[in-house]
Amino acid sequence: MAVKKREKDLTLLEKMYIPEIVKGLSLTMKNMFKPKFTMKYPEEKFIPPASYRGRPVLVMEENGEERCVACGLCSRVCPALAIEVQAAETEREKERYPVKFEINMLRCIFCGFCEEVCPEEAIVMSKDYELAFSHREDAIYGKDKLLTPVIQLKDRIEFLRSYK
Amino acid sequence: MPKFVLDGKEIEFKPGQTIIQAAKDHGITIPHFCWHESLSVAGNCRVCLVEIEKMPKLAIACSTTAAEGMVVYTASEKALGARNAVMEFLLINHPLDCPICDEAGECKLQDYAYSHSAGESRFVEEKNHKDKRVPLGPYVMFDGDRCISCSRCIRFCDEIAKDNELTFVKRGDRVTITTFPGEELDNPYSLNVTDICPVGALTNRDFRFRARVWDMSANKTICTGCSRGCNIELWVRNNEILRITPRQNEEVNTFWMCDHGRINTFKFVNAEDRVDGPHIRKEGKLVKVEWNEALTQAASKLKKFAKNEIAFIGSAFATLEDNYLLVKFAHSLGVKNIDFIRHYIPSFADNILRREDMTPNSLGAEAVGVKPSQGGLNIDGIINGIKEKKIKAVYLIDDDIAAAFPELEEELAKLDLLIVNATNINKSASVADIVFPAATYAEKNGTFVNFQGRVQRLKPAVATVEDDRALDGLEMSRLDKFGTKFDRWAQGHKYDAKSSWKILSALSIEMGFKLKFNMAEDVFSEIAKNTKAFSGLDYDVIGELGAQSKLQPEEKIITT
Ligand code: SF4
Ligand code: SF4
Ligand code: SF4
Ligand code: SF4
Repeated sequence: MAVKKREKDLTLLEKMYIPEIVKGLSLTMKNMFKPKFTMKYPEEKFIPPASYRGRPVLVMEENGEERCVACGLCSRVCPALAIEVQAAETEREKERYPVKFEINMLRCIFCGFCEEVCPEEAIVMSKDYELAFSHREDAIYGKDKLLTPVIQLKDRIEFLRSYK
Repeated sequence: MPKFVLDGKEIEFKPGQTIIQAAKDHGITIPHFCWHESLSVAGNCRVCLVEIEKMPKLAIACSTTAAEGMVVYTASEKALGARNAVMEFLLINHPLDCPICDEAGECKLQDYAYSHSAGESRFVEEKNHKDKRVPLGPYVMFDGDRCISCSRCIRFCDEIAKDNELTFVKRGDRVTITTFPGEELDNPYSLNVTDICPVGALTNRDFRFRARVWDMSANKTICTGCSRGCNIELWVRNNEILRITPRQNEEVNTFWMCDHGRINTFKFVNAEDRVDGPHIRKEGKLVKVEWNEALTQAASKLKKFAKNEIAFIGSAFATLEDNYLLVKFAHSLGVKNIDFIRHYIPSFADNILRREDMTPNSLGAEAVGVKPSQGGLNIDGIINGIKEKKIKAVYLIDDDIAAAFPELEEELAKLDLLIVNATNINKSASVADIVFPAATYAEKNGTFVNFQGRVQRLKPAVATVEDDRALDGLEMSRLDKFGTKFDRWAQGHKYDAKSSWKILSALSIEMGFKLKFNMAEDVFSEIAKNTKAFSGLDYDVIGELGAQSKLQPEEKIITT
């Protein structure tokens, strides 16, 4: 009975393996001399581009006040129910402000919906990705941890505006 | 009945009815701001424009009376075009205030802007500015920017509250609302304007900024402020009542409720001085104990007194079920001294809604037998008995006898035994020997009978320790559905409290005669079986709007 030739049968050259090894090694060699992508974290830190979605933070104006007017839309849209806002009245022109603003970082999924829905550009995704907690309560960030000076958030805000 | 055609559908109407009203009676809502079923027609918002065949121009549905054979289109190209144009005009000067406006989420302008407008503004000029944050009265705040000059609030004050307090001033795009010189918007019904204001121009100062409407659950129940028993909704977030709004019931309160009911009848539910768990007086102080201990002690102490040394005091604040169990309990012990305290304030009454009887259920308490049996003492007799030391033990539910009769406070402290079922530490509870934590009206199922003899249902809105929102059929907000015990916004306090009938039932078992019921509904079935006035009624028949019992109405029925 004649042996049927299969499509996958190796040619003689292939059976010798040597050219294939050379091919593979040359790829390795090529990459060895290319610039590296890995970095020695945490000694060396990754600085993400403006499009990166790190933990959401509240924008603090130069005068130390928050932009947020406690409308509650971020809290409503948040698919993970991570945000709790309690509004109250203030003497400022925009009569409403958040007495309490908490994001539960264990719930947050970094989707950025809160940033997208905010009518005041008051909550934006920062570049902070270092989130580790030893206690559940520590993961609930209040206004003290959320308020970030607007100057530090400049490139994210510019990025957002360029896509409006 | 005559008929006309609305969007291709034949609709019957009563002669003289307007198109918008006839449509509403058939469940079709024609968009409107200024029109309100129970107010006069103003016809100034123009959003209800409809196209009528054979009419040269569009007509407003709120003031055009329907006629036999009329053919009306609400969604034709012309009608839609007009509506969009009206919306565009209204939005020219309306600020983009939704993020800071409390009305957001229940705002007619927001809803219509969503469904009937272009979605983009062509108006690039500076908007008009008017006064913001103007207190019109003790409870109502006005925001001139947001007002769309529909005049509903003015008509409400003139026609329903019968107190001309508000008026328009200035003209054209400068027109705004103000109170007459020297006047305040302080009529007893003032807060209703915040409900009917189609935008957030009038807001409730007691509720402003406290919560978003979409974060609360709305629970249908009854106001306990007076014997009218207005139908209301309790708005709850995180197990805390934040506001009350009226609910339509043509037989009782139509669309309205009074400010007293709205402001003063819910804050005690989440107050600091709530009784949380049973308490017993030990060495002069009320100490929290387990239910078992309190029940055993109450039972053994009660047994020590002769029948005529004990008095039971029911309550017109408690439900039919609570009072019924109290009566059964007293009769099982053979006690004849049983009555309840009346709370009448004649100056509170008016001929709109408010009644001089400040309790929600005095007709009901009497009907289930909270009155002295043959030879027993009524409330005056009981009070004298306490003073003369003939009455040595008193069991009081859901009321405050020491506050009602201040001269009695010391005598009460000297009683051999005072047991109270109290919601809060009030004057009587603070001198009691045993305090059982009573559930408030917002935490229990039950029924009240209002002054008309109408039986209406209470439904729980706030959960106690023994309730689970989902399993016990309480309304659930979005937050209730998804919150876990690790979320701070889901940790609202639950009090360890029970309806008085449950406490009495548990105590009866401890005493050796078993008044056993599983649910408030079972108690009511027994009441309906044994009391002619309520025969044929059950919770389903009563439903959300109540049902008339065979009780004679208290005096004449004052209608609005
Ligand atoms: S990023 Fe997404 S999950 Fe995180 S808080 Fe914002 S909306 Fe919620
Ligand atoms: S959406 Fe923006 S303004 Fe509104 S509560 Fe959230 S952060 Fe504040
Ligand atoms: S305050 Fe409200 S109810 Fe009164 S006219 Fe203005 S929009 Fe209408
Ligand atoms: S009239 Fe009576 S029942 Fe109605 S809201 Fe006022 S207090 Fe409550």
